[in-house]
Amino acid sequence: MKKGFSVFLTVVLLSGAAFLFESCGKGQPSASPNSEVGLVFDVGGRGDKSFNDAAYQGLQMAKDSLGIKYQYIEPGGGSDRESALRQLANQKSIGLIFGVGFIFTDDITNVAKDFPDKKFACIDYSYDPSKPLPPNLIAIEFREEEGSFLVGAIAGLMTKTNTVGFIGGMESPLIRKFQAGYEAGVKYVNPKAKILVAYAGVTGEAFKNPAKGKELALSQYSQGADIIYHAAGVTGLGVFEAAREMKKYAIGVDLDQWNEAPGYVLTSMVKKGNVAVYDIIKQWKENKFKGGTAEVFGLKDNGVDFVYDKNNQPLIPESVYQKVEALRLQIINGQIKVPTQ
Amino acid sequence: MTAKKHLPRLVGITSVLEHPITQNFLIPLFAVVLSFAVGAIFIVMVGKNPFEVYSILFSQTLGSTYGIGQLLFKTTPLIFAGLSVALCFRAGLFNIGAEGQLQIGAFLTALVGMKTFGVPFYLEIPLLMLAGMVGGGLWGFIPGYLKAKTGAHEVINTIMLNFIATALVSYFVTNLYNVPATVHTPPISPAGRLPRFDAFVSGFQGSPVNFSIFVALIAALFVWYYVDRTRYGYELRVVGLNSKAAEYGGISVSKNIILSMTIGGAIAGLVGTNFVMGYKYYFEEGFSTGTGFMGIAVALLGNNNPFGVILAALLFGMLEYGGLVINTMVPKELVSILQAIVIIFVISSNKIFRKILTNFLKKRTLSIND
Repeated sequence: MKKGFSVFLTVVLLSGAAFLFESCGKGQPSASPNSEVGLVFDVGGRGDKSFNDAAYQGLQMAKDSLGIKYQYIEPGGGSDRESALRQLANQKSIGLIFGVGFIFTDDITNVAKDFPDKKFACIDYSYDPSKPLPPNLIAIEFREEEGSFLVGAIAGLMTKTNTVGFIGGMESPLIRKFQAGYEAGVKYVNPKAKILVAYAGVTGEAFKNPAKGKELALSQYSQGADIIYHAAGVTGLGVFEAAREMKKYAIGVDLDQWNEAPGYVLTSMVKKGNVAVYDIIKQWKENKFKGGTAEVFGLKDNGVDFVYDKNNQPLIPESVYQKVEALRLQIINGQIKVPTQ
Repeated sequence: MTAKKHLPRLVGITSVLEHPITQNFLIPLFAVVLSFAVGAIFIVMVGKNPFEVYSILFSQTLGSTYGIGQLLFKTTPLIFAGLSVALCFRAGLFNIGAEGQLQIGAFLTALVGMKTFGVPFYLEIPLLMLAGMVGGGLWGFIPGYLKAKTGAHEVINTIMLNFIATALVSYFVTNLYNVPATVHTPPISPAGRLPRFDAFVSGFQGSPVNFSIFVALIAALFVWYYVDRTRYGYELRVVGLNSKAAEYGGISVSKNIILSMTIGGAIAGLVGTNFVMGYKYYFEEGFSTGTGFMGIAVALLGNNNPFGVILAALLFGMLEYGGLVINTMVPKELVSILQAIVIIFVISSNKIFRKILTNFLKKRTLSIND
């Protein structure tokens, strides 16, 4: 009897397993090849109210207006990035794969070489012109310095104490681009203004430390700064807290950060990861994908911008806005060259 | 029918229950199947078809050489971490510090590797392994020494040393040794690189599995031989079973505590062979996401037996890579939940399953006797 029972159990389990394996072969819906888009997020994934979310918005936009289907992966540690890219590249239905963040640079280059039939794009790829890119890979870069120049100009025009601040996250070439553009913008409209600069640290942790951000901001406000621009990820949330406490202005970054401290966020320098993702998908869909190069998104391409909407219009005088818009045109025409260092 | 007549049969079933194959293989397998059933409830809750999710999970991990390569790559560090924890367990020590030990070890492997260009491979490879073992060993020695000499509890000290290790390594990598605009060190000497499987078998193409898995298997053999077949191992086990009796019997408890923590740390320190010597050829900040902590579960599931550790590491390796595979279908959070459910079921299965089965058998025996 008992033997009978265990035999029965075994048969049930085995047939269950067999069913699982059986369904492997035909389980996947057969989408037409190379019709979908894959995306691998940076560690942190969706919900960071910043870059990953912007990339996700881009996918949504492509879904809504181009009718694209997409799949994404949120990897854990260092060895997962390459596996995740390969995982997506191995699927017949996927034709274009994104990596979000500079940390994908090495991984996506390797994977792109192994999958010459698929297209790849990497946001914030650290592009080294001396090393050629695989022909099926686009390096997406942003002219953060151009957007930073414009918010710098707003700060330079609006400061009453003639002192403004900049708080960066991790000290690195990428964040120094924000600083350089901002400083140039301030100086362009207000050569006598004083600019206080502070960085939260030299490691990746410097992007995740709101307490440190608040401390640095309080110190700059007490030294006379009345507007602070941050490029510090989550650390920047501390800057907004300080702004609210001191009743001074702060400038947000990456996305519109008005909601972090309504009334105290003068504007935000937005880096449109969503526009970049959407544009690349559109190019790819129209068979206009140009790999092997860096695709740069600046003011001209609407890849960077500053926020001026019904929330912050009361804070920024019309005359300031007009002057900054004039500067935008000058940058787009090439009359103003914005430094990156 | 009399009860007497029935006795041998019941004994027979108990012995089947206690048979090593049932204990080490069938019961965990049953638990895995059961946990997948529970996991299915969660998958239905997010509106997906569990059969579809599981079929992808299995077909893409076990169904292709590439998938198996990925699985083995994930398994390798888990074997090292599991062995480290298991060896310390046998000595009665709870090594929560494998994470810190492997961070320091892997970092030292990379550091020595990038400073020793021009050394022939037959010296370079052992040298880099030694560097990892020294780093991990030191990080195990410290809490071992503190426990032996001051009685400070190794759980607290190993946790604290994890923080120190992560911070130290992070500081060194991002301030002193990083390639600009990255979070990793320069590459190690080509002589110190372990061959990848895909250099020999094209089916593994693209999967990072490499020869460090053999290092892990040798380490498992070593732990088995050392703990179960040598005098030192005997002393270690006695200390683990009853330290007072050990002391009375002339075995130095403090020596054994220090020794086992150091060896355990050294084994964890070998994790760098997989990532640094076999995959990326550099150390990257954040390369390990809790491998050391997973090692605790691996050791428990493997019954602190080196060969059990290998099997447990395979299961966990499959879950880790499988989690990535199904992430296109279900959110990351659900993947973590599924992995945790499997672990909980497998680790608590033994007693529960045995109880259910024994009760079931008892009832049947009684009813037959009636």
